[in-house]
Amino acid sequence: MRIKHTQLALLLGPSMVLTVLLLVLPLFIVAVLSLTDWQFGANTWNWIGLSNYAELWQDDTFRKSFINTMYYLVMVSVGSIVIGLGAALLIESHSSLRAFYRTAYFMPVASTLIAMALVWQFLMHPSAGFINQVISWFGLVPQNWLKDYNLALPSLAVIGIWQMSGLAMVMFMAGLKNIPTELRHASLLDGMSNPIDRLFRLTLPLLGPTTLFVVTVCAIRSLQVFDIVHVLTSGGPNKATEVLLHTIYNEGFSFFRMGYASAMTVIFVACIFIFTLVQQAGMDKRTHYA
Amino acid sequence: MNTPTQTSLPWRIARHTILMTGAIIYLFPFIWMLSTSLKPADEIFMSGFHLLPQKWAAWENYTTALTQVPLLRYLLNGIIVCAGILVLQILIALPAAYVFAKTEFRGKRLAWALVMLSLMIPFQATAIPLYILLYHAGLLDTTSALVIPFIASAFGIFLMRQFFRGVPNDLIHAARLDGMSEFELVWRILMPTAMPALIAFSIFSVVWHWNDFFWPLLVISTMDLATPPLGTMFFMNEESGTNYGPLMAGTVIITLPLLLFFLAAQKRFIEGVTLSGVKG
Repeated sequence: MRIKHTQLALLLGPSMVLTVLLLVLPLFIVAVLSLTDWQFGANTWNWIGLSNYAELWQDDTFRKSFINTMYYLVMVSVGSIVIGLGAALLIESHSSLRAFYRTAYFMPVASTLIAMALVWQFLMHPSAGFINQVISWFGLVPQNWLKDYNLALPSLAVIGIWQMSGLAMVMFMAGLKNIPTELRHASLLDGMSNPIDRLFRLTLPLLGPTTLFVVTVCAIRSLQVFDIVHVLTSGGPNKATEVLLHTIYNEGFSFFRMGYASAMTVIFVACIFIFTLVQQAGMDKRTHYA
Repeated sequence: MNTPTQTSLPWRIARHTILMTGAIIYLFPFIWMLSTSLKPADEIFMSGFHLLPQKWAAWENYTTALTQVPLLRYLLNGIIVCAGILVLQILIALPAAYVFAKTEFRGKRLAWALVMLSLMIPFQATAIPLYILLYHAGLLDTTSALVIPFIASAFGIFLMRQFFRGVPNDLIHAARLDGMSEFELVWRILMPTAMPALIAFSIFSVVWHWNDFFWPLLVISTMDLATPPLGTMFFMNEESGTNYGPLMAGTVIITLPLLLFFLAAQKRFIEGVTLSGVKG
């Protein structure tokens, strides 16, 4: 159908103009700023080419931050997928208490993370925390979970997994619903009656495309970790929990080195783009399945 | 469909044992939060787990939480910001979604490519330029600063376009024959048919912006303008993170609206939140 130019401008114009102003142009500006030494509030700035990127390469904080983010990404993605998939398979395998379990595992997704972070801080408290109490019942040594150099990042990852696995679970549940029941009937007729057998030879292979999708979603979300870091550890102790967004935040909005922070942002966006492209490639494959 | 092995008693017991253990662990922070919010300070630091307090301090904790920082004000701010964002997003995205779904025009492929590109940009990527822009516009530390960056929702356009494509062309032709303008068509014919998609998008949008912490942290410094997550941080600093009774009472108040909403409309809530999988 065709419509008049004026109508087109009125219907489509606002969204296109705003998309350019609020998304595309800022992204372009970030790319340009990353080639300058501009500091927020300064009147002058110089083109410095790729110097910011060269500096990033040498910058110990950034390196640490990048490695930490990847470490967090792997821990949280793997943890969420294993728990999410396990919960989805077990919950869907029988109808008893199905709704209760689904609600319980999804509750963390539905809660305000920053508020729940305070609860976790209390649970992980070195002297009054419940986790250390439980640990001492078993005769183990209490730990300072959020302030110990080696434990702080894994502790944050535990909170991350707790928050994300419910999301992975509902996506796997949706994937399970898409497996045609005829296939399961057929597998039973073919004598595939052992559930473990069926899990590995039928269910999991058919969940392949869903799994790829869930992996990329978890990865993209983990890359964006910021809230719990800022509130619980501020990147410490000694940069043990410094992650990309937190480093960008510090450089850009505490030290106001906007040029340098922009270069970090470009790297951050590039990482997210890679996962998005993988996701889209996978989605194309999924449509071939159907 | 259940198979014989899956309904056997040992299997069912194993299933419940694993799932119940997990469920208790997943729910434990909520139980702990609620339980602590009812206890006086001396009981909080007692070892062992007591679900209910020996001496109730719920009233003291909750009144302290409500008077120490303007918690109700934060909730109200959250509602204002989320409602403002959502209404503007819908006003801007729906007409565009209609144009992409049902009309042909020159440059459509390019315009659609723009939408698809925007879908891939994580919001944090635009934070630095938007901060500078709002600074020069004199809008930092205002409610507008919390709303404006989010009003162009490429995801809203994408989602609603998928839905509008399924609307029969005959319906649109008939409406036009009745003399309806394109605007009336969008709001009086298409929007009502798209309610399921619109509700899912609304939940997605509200949950996302209600929980957002990064952006309010950057642009808001006045306590009275804080949304719930930022308010939580102010509250924590105020209490210097040690007075756990009121602190947990405060977190109950902050988390309750969304949790109640979830418990009341689970299916729709899960639908809406799962959409965030598509949008990074």
